Formats: sequence, structure tokens, C-alpha cells
Amino acid sequence: MLPALAALSACSGVQSALDPAGEEATQVATLFWVMTVGGGVIWAGTVALALYASRWKRHAATEQGAGRLIFWGGVVFPVVVLTALLSYALWLMPSLRPFGGEATQGLRIEIVGNQFWWHVVYRRDGAEVVSANEVRLPVGQRVEFALESADMIHSFWIPALGGKMDLIPGRTNRLSLLATKAGVYRGQCAEFCGISHALMAFPVVVSEPAEFDAWLEARTRPAIGLDGSPAAARLFVDRGCGDCHRVDGTEARGTAGPDLSHVGSRLTIGAGLLPNDDETLARFIAHPASLKAGSRMPAYLDLPAAELAEIAAWLKGLQ
Amino acid sequence: MWHLLPKEVESLWTLFTAPVVWAAHFLFCYLAAAVYCEKGFFGAGFDTLRLTIGLVTMAALAMIVLAAFLAWRQWGFGTGDPPHDDPSRRDRLLFQGYATLLLSGLSFVAVIFTALPALFLTGCLR
Repeated sequence: MLPALAALSACSGVQSALDPAGEEATQVATLFWVMTVGGGVIWAGTVALALYASRWKRHAATEQGAGRLIFWGGVVFPVVVLTALLSYALWLMPSLRPFGGEATQGLRIEIVGNQFWWHVVYRRDGAEVVSANEVRLPVGQRVEFALESADMIHSFWIPALGGKMDLIPGRTNRLSLLATKAGVYRGQCAEFCGISHALMAFPVVVSEPAEFDAWLEARTRPAIGLDGSPAAARLFVDRGCGDCHRVDGTEARGTAGPDLSHVGSRLTIGAGLLPNDDETLARFIAHPASLKAGSRMPAYLDLPAAELAEIAAWLKGLQ
Repeated sequence: MWHLLPKEVESLWTLFTAPVVWAAHFLFCYLAAAVYCEKGFFGAGFDTLRLTIGLVTMAALAMIVLAAFLAWRQWGFGTGDPPHDDPSRRDRLLFQGYATLLLSGLSFVAVIFTALPALFLTGCLR
């Protein structure tokens, strides 16, 4: 009973290909069920036949009868079934990779994989919004992704929305997704890329187009909390944070780490690692590698607690 | 027209005719698609590639059918039953004919499977 429950509960949730919320994922899920049920039926038939032959059949088959069984059951049947399955999968392929060029003129999202975080750039009508470690999409609109890598091979996968696609250094791979259900999902790096590969995830927020447009429009301007604490903003730059992180509207213009322009509004910090609040932000700043092994951000253990709290609170305010 | 074909080919190499055609066809399909999608072919459209693959597939299937016919003949048109395991020249010939026929069948199906994507795909992914 318990294993059955566990198996069933894995079929739903924010990161399940069996609980699709996108057009591509629906096709992949259908393909999965067709293959699974088909394979199950063939397996059951084969086992039944083996049981019949070994337990209940009284007489040996004639040589001609056995030959006929092998020909129909072992040659014709597999060829027909495999041809049908191959054709079905190939027939799905063009719709799983829909790149008209014209059809996806709208929103384009560039993703650059880094150990162990995601650089995200939204482009639409000439506007550019830089973000990181979170992907937001409008429901019902096809979005094209351009996938690149800054260091090694990663793989971009939002199981609830569609299939995965590798990010390969020196190449731009393309992926097209159409979300059909609003909600919050989870994406995950699906190609082993180093010690914190499993912690390289990201929340995916699918919202109504109007809501998404408002969100994107707000991201073209500096964060509202930017002037909340000039002292903290000063500290952020003085302590060297700005050498690696960019915060729109300040002197912090680094690009080695994730863009933090609106970091306070993200659902998680550390690329899907922890919920985003003052406390987790402070913990991450103080000692990133203890939360995420292999993180290239240096520890700030000598930062006075008051300064740490101030910077964390300011970052959380960047909405 | 059958007199154009040699009466009997007594060589182990005929066994591999169909798999070699399969390999050559496989290589052609993959190379043609890769080269076309990377460099193009004098401005030809994707349908030209599909048509070319279709024609090459027809030619490959014809060669395999010919190999299968020769094998069937060598096997005595199915008059004797396998396994043909006597240490005699006749059984060697029959066995080789039968094995060639089976390999031809496999190659025939494999060539079709290799060419199937050309039937469904409508463009390069650039």
C-alpha cells in the first residue's frame, strides 16, 4: 500500500512530467502512457503465453506450428508495433520543436547556465530585462528559449511544461514552450554539472498575460526598494558585492554572479535552494559554500552581523 | 531477365550484401541530412532532401530485395527446412542462403526505419 501511495504521489506536484501544465509536456505525458500501457499489455501477453506453454499445454507444438508462431509473433508483430510506435513518436517531433521564426516573434528568453545558477534575460519588442534563477511565463503564449552555457554542459528542464534541452558551451540551443495552466512549477538542471548540480534548480511562475506584462514592465525599471536604505546600498558596493552582482540603478555592475536587481521579489534564493527571506539571504551571504558546495562566491564570515542584516534586508526590499 | 544473374555465387561475402546496403543507406541519410542542415545544398529546399532520401531508400530496398531473391534461390526456394547442419557442401549452401535471406529481411526493415524521419520531419532545426 505504501509504495503504491508513494508512486501515485510522484505523479503530481510542481516538478512532474506526469502532471503536465504545458502543450509539450501533455504530448510527452501522452507518449509516456501509450508506451507504458502498450509495453504492459505486451509483457502480460508474453508472460501468459510462457505460463501456458510451461504449465498447461499438454502436447508439444508441431515444428510447422512453432515456426508459424515465431514468424507471426516474433517477426511480423514486433515489426508492425515498432513501425507504429516509431511513426507516432516521429509524428510528434515537429510539434515538440515548433520553430517557425514567425510564430515566436513575441517573448524570447535567453538562459545561460553557470555552475550552479541560471542567468535569465527576457527580450520583447526591443526591451531587455535581466534576471536570474527564476523563470516567469505568460499562460497561453508560446515562448522561445535560447540556451547557452558559460562553463560546462547543463540541461534546462521544466518537467511540467515540456522536454529538456542541453545547454552546451559554444552553442545556442533552442527550446519552445507553451504553458497552458497558471501556477508555480519547478525547473531543474538535468545534466550533471558538478558538485552542486542537484541544487541547481529554479522556480517557474506561469501567470495570466496581463499579470506577466505588468511584472515584466516593472522589471525594466530599478527596484522600488532601492532607496530604502542608502547605507546598505553603500555597503553592498564597498564590501565588493557589486564586483560580481549587478543591481540596476546602482554602481553594482558585476556580471560574474546572478543579477540581483529585483532579488527580493524572487521566490527562492540560491537557485531554488531556500525560501527567500532576510534570514536565508544573510545565511547565504555569510557562507555560500556551506549551503551550496562548490559555489564560487566567497564567504563573508568577517562581515559584522549588523552589516550582514542590513544588506540582507536591503536585498529583500529590492522588489 | 534472370539469366543476367549468375547461376550461383559461392562466396561467403554475399551474406553481407544486405547489411552493407543498410549501412551505406544509413550513412547516406545521416550525412546528407547533416551536410544539408549545416551548409545547405545549392539553395535546394528541405523537400529536395526528403525526395533524395526517398529515392536512395527505394534503390537500397531494390538491392536488398535482389539479394533476398538470390538468397531464396540459394536456399532452394524454401524446399528444405533448417537447421541445415550436416557437414556437407549442400547444407553449407542452404544454410548460407537461409541466413542471407533472414539478414535481408532485417536490413529491409532497418532501411525503412532509417528513412522514416524523412517522411515526418519538415525542416532543419537551426
